[in-house]
Amino acid sequence: MMQRLECLRSVYDQLQDCLVVTIMGAVASELQSLGHRASFFYLQHAMGLASSTGLGLALCLPDQKIVVFDGDGSVLMNLGGLTTLARYQPKNFVHVIFDNESLLSVGGFPTATSTGSNLEGMAKAAGIERTATVETMDAFTQAFAAAMKRHELSCIVAKVEAVGPKGYVTDLALLENRFQFKRHIENLTAETRRRRESGPQ
Amino acid sequence: MPVSQTNSRVVYEALKKCGIGLVSALPETWLVHLIRMAEDDPEMILVRLAKEEEGVGISAGAHFAGVKSAMLMQNHGFLASVNGIVSFAQLYRMPLLMIISYRGTFGERDPWQTQGGSVTEPLLRALGIPYSFLDDPPKVEKRVAEAQTLAYSMLHPTALLLTRELMWEEA
Repeated sequence: MMQRLECLRSVYDQLQDCLVVTIMGAVASELQSLGHRASFFYLQHAMGLASSTGLGLALCLPDQKIVVFDGDGSVLMNLGGLTTLARYQPKNFVHVIFDNESLLSVGGFPTATSTGSNLEGMAKAAGIERTATVETMDAFTQAFAAAMKRHELSCIVAKVEAVGPKGYVTDLALLENRFQFKRHIENLTAETRRRRESGPQ
Repeated sequence: MPVSQTNSRVVYEALKKCGIGLVSALPETWLVHLIRMAEDDPEMILVRLAKEEEGVGISAGAHFAGVKSAMLMQNHGFLASVNGIVSFAQLYRMPLLMIISYRGTFGERDPWQTQGGSVTEPLLRALGIPYSFLDDPPKVEKRVAEAQTLAYSMLHPTALLLTRELMWEEA
C-alpha cells in the first residue's frame, strides 16, 4: 500500500513554484521532514479549512498554482467546502486528499471512508469534473503531474496506509510559518508587479 | 421586503471605501441586498458558502494574498464558525473582519432566531473579540473603517453587529 510520505517525496520537486497548504498532523510534519519552504503553510488546526484557505488564495492569486494536501478526516468535516470549490472552479487549484480511512493522529479511529464513503464520488457529485482515486505510486505521480499541467480544478484522492511519524510537533512555530508564508507571497506579487510594469522586453 | 436597501448600500459603500476586495457570505434575510451589491460589483470577489466557517479559511487565504476581506453572516453563522475563528483566525493572528446580522434581539418575530440572539454578545466577549454595532447610518463608514483598522493592528478578528435599527424598515 502507498505511504503518504512517499507520495509527498515523489512530487516535492514539482512544488517549487506553487503555494502549498496542508492540514495538521502527519501531512504537515512529513512535508516539513522533506524540507520546509517559505511557500508551505501548515494549518495545524481548524480541520476542514485547508481547502477553504486554498480557495481564498486561488481566487485572489489567479496566476499562482495552489496545491492543498488534505486528508479524509478533514474533508469529512467540511464536505460543503467541496461544493464551494466546485461552484468557483478555480483553475489553479490542485486538491490532493490523502485517504488513510483513519483519524491517525488521535489514535487511528476509522473514518467513514473505511466503511465505504467515497470521497472522489463526493467531489465528483459536488461538481468537480477532474477527479481521480489512486492506489499506486505510478498512478499518483501521473495524476499529480496531469493536474499540475492542466488549468482546471483537480481533485486526487490518494489511498494511503494509516502510518505516520512518531510526533507531530516540529521546531517551526505556527506564527513563524504564518508570517513567513505571508511575506513570501508579498515578495512574489511585488516581483510580478515589477515585471508587469517594466513591460514586454 | 422591509430590509433597508438604502442602509445596505451605506454598509456596502463603507466596505468598498476601506478597500475590501473579497466578501464571503451565506445568505440570510438581512443580507440579501448586501450580497446582491457584491454580486453586481465587478471589482468584488464574492464567495457564496455552504457553511459560514469556510469563510474563515477563505479570508485567511485572501489575507495571505494581500486582499482585504470581510465575512457577511448571520449571528448563527458566527456560532457555526467558532472553531475556525479560534483555531485559525485567533491561533494564527488573522485580521478577520466579521459583519454579523444581529438577529434574535428586541423586535424579533421569528422564534427560531431568539436563542442565538441572547448568546451572541456573551460569546464575542468570551472569545475576546472586540465588537461594536452598526445602528446609525451616518456612523457606519467610520465604524467599519475602525473595525478594520483594529483587526489589522491587533491581527485578530473584530466584529460589527448589524442591528435591526439599521437593517429593518418596518415599524
